[in-house]
Amino acid sequence: MQSNFLKKIVPYTFVFPALLLLAIFSLVPIVIALLISFTGLDITGLGDWSQIKFVGLSNYLQLFQDNAFLQSILNTVVYVVVGVPLVIIVSLTIAILINSGRNSFFKMMRLVFYTPSITNTVAVAVVWTYLYNPSLGLFNTLLAKVGIAPIGWLTDPNVAKLSLIILAVWKAVGLNMLIFLAALQGVPRSLYEAAELDGANYWEQTRHITLPSLKFSIFFVTVTTLIAWFQFFDEPFVMTKGGPLNSTNSVALFVYQNGFQNSNFGYAAAGSFVMFVAIIVATIIQFKLQEKQRGE
Amino acid sequence: MDTGMQDISKISKVLIGVVLTILGFLMILPFLWMFLSSFKTSTEISLSQSFWPQHWTIDNYKNLFTNGSFDIYVKNTLIITAASFIGLFLNAMAGYGFAKFDFKGRKFLFMAVLATMMIPGQVTMIPVYLILNQMQLTNTLLGIILPGLVGAFGIFLFRQFMSNIPDSIVEAARLDGAGEWYIFFHLILPISKPVLAVQGILTFIGGWNAFLWPLIIANDQKYYTLSVGLQLLQGQHTSDYGLQMAGSSFMVIPIIIIFIIFQKYILQGFNIQMDK
Repeated sequence: MQSNFLKKIVPYTFVFPALLLLAIFSLVPIVIALLISFTGLDITGLGDWSQIKFVGLSNYLQLFQDNAFLQSILNTVVYVVVGVPLVIIVSLTIAILINSGRNSFFKMMRLVFYTPSITNTVAVAVVWTYLYNPSLGLFNTLLAKVGIAPIGWLTDPNVAKLSLIILAVWKAVGLNMLIFLAALQGVPRSLYEAAELDGANYWEQTRHITLPSLKFSIFFVTVTTLIAWFQFFDEPFVMTKGGPLNSTNSVALFVYQNGFQNSNFGYAAAGSFVMFVAIIVATIIQFKLQEKQRGE
Repeated sequence: MDTGMQDISKISKVLIGVVLTILGFLMILPFLWMFLSSFKTSTEISLSQSFWPQHWTIDNYKNLFTNGSFDIYVKNTLIITAASFIGLFLNAMAGYGFAKFDFKGRKFLFMAVLATMMIPGQVTMIPVYLILNQMQLTNTLLGIILPGLVGAFGIFLFRQFMSNIPDSIVEAARLDGAGEWYIFFHLILPISKPVLAVQGILTFIGGWNAFLWPLIIANDQKYYTLSVGLQLLQGQHTSDYGLQMAGSSFMVIPIIIIFIIFQKYILQGFNIQMDK
């Protein structure tokens, strides 16, 4: 009898520790975040729970009148709209180029393009801040050599966003390229041979065979990249602190600033929930589009 | 080889090679610049922007430890990285549980695990801080380690791999009277070496690069990790680029070396991931 009971609980002993940690640090926090987004929780409330006031929807209402928040939404939209297609196009192009050979040169190139993806974002952001330096940086030095006036990479509000996007694309290409490469290597060669017999050239083959075979990996990369850009944080945090003039502030950074620099936990939690809902909606739209494509 | 390649002419192959070489050089240019600048004196950095250092110096690296507190950051980072291997083990256990046992609530629990992948760090950041604060774990190493210890993605990959282990092997061991934990340690883990290798390397890289939790949980410099310390260094020595580049090189170069040594496993890992 007892051994029967033991047998039944064995599976749970395997999954329990991981599930407990995930529950405490991922699932329960969602509920807490939702709850405190309806309160004015701040540093005093942290020490004395009786000080926490229920404020209803006022955090959310206030958010949409807060220019800094609206600006951060706008910036995040720019990051997503520019960054996501750019990452997909660049990594797919490089994957197709690398896939055209099998010798050690092409293998080495795989490593070269993947390297930025594994390195630390903070270190990389520090390096790029130096590269972007208006007078000492490498980029303006090179531009000066061909007679182009210095660019305020991180100091010009019109350029700063783009500078961060360039860095983030550089960093994201490697990982997505590997995903595309794995998919490319699974395309049956007979398809290409048949197309060639039909007289299709390289470009036509790419359009009609390669790209359709990559549908699923393109979808996968789109969803994961989309989610990543919605949470764009490390680069603006290290390089610009959201400036100049809030032009690079993202929603994720806005949440951090309000939560941990101003200790407005309730307000920040409301901001994070707006972001969460946006991510869920964008992901659902992607899945719907994917289904529709499949149906056709 | 009958998958994956289009036939292209020799000339286009060479052309592609040239394009890739140029792009590849641009990809690693920031790392070259970082590494070379870390050996320049601060006067040289402010006066000339030549690529190659004119007077090689390792003072920047020395300063990381004398002016900065990189010795403390390295220690903390190594402790956190070591602890994250406990997390790797817990992921493997959970992956095995979901792969090879049929129990009540299995489907639901696994879906819950996958759902956590969707949750952005910024949403859980504040509540996790409050929870750790309540447990009096803010500003401790344990508090930095716990939130990221297990991960849905790791559990998912272990489950994928272990589902492919034939049931008959496990059954045979049970008939021989082996206990469930004995089977896990002496049968399942050795078979799972490929996925353990990939996950082990990724765990190491993840631990070495840890930034968000240490940033939030550690208020005291004595608990800072390399990432947080480097970010502090940048704020304190805004224009000392030689020092900053030395700090960055110190973080980046070991990871690149590890990656080059183990690249076979990491790249194979991608095929495992994409198969399913």
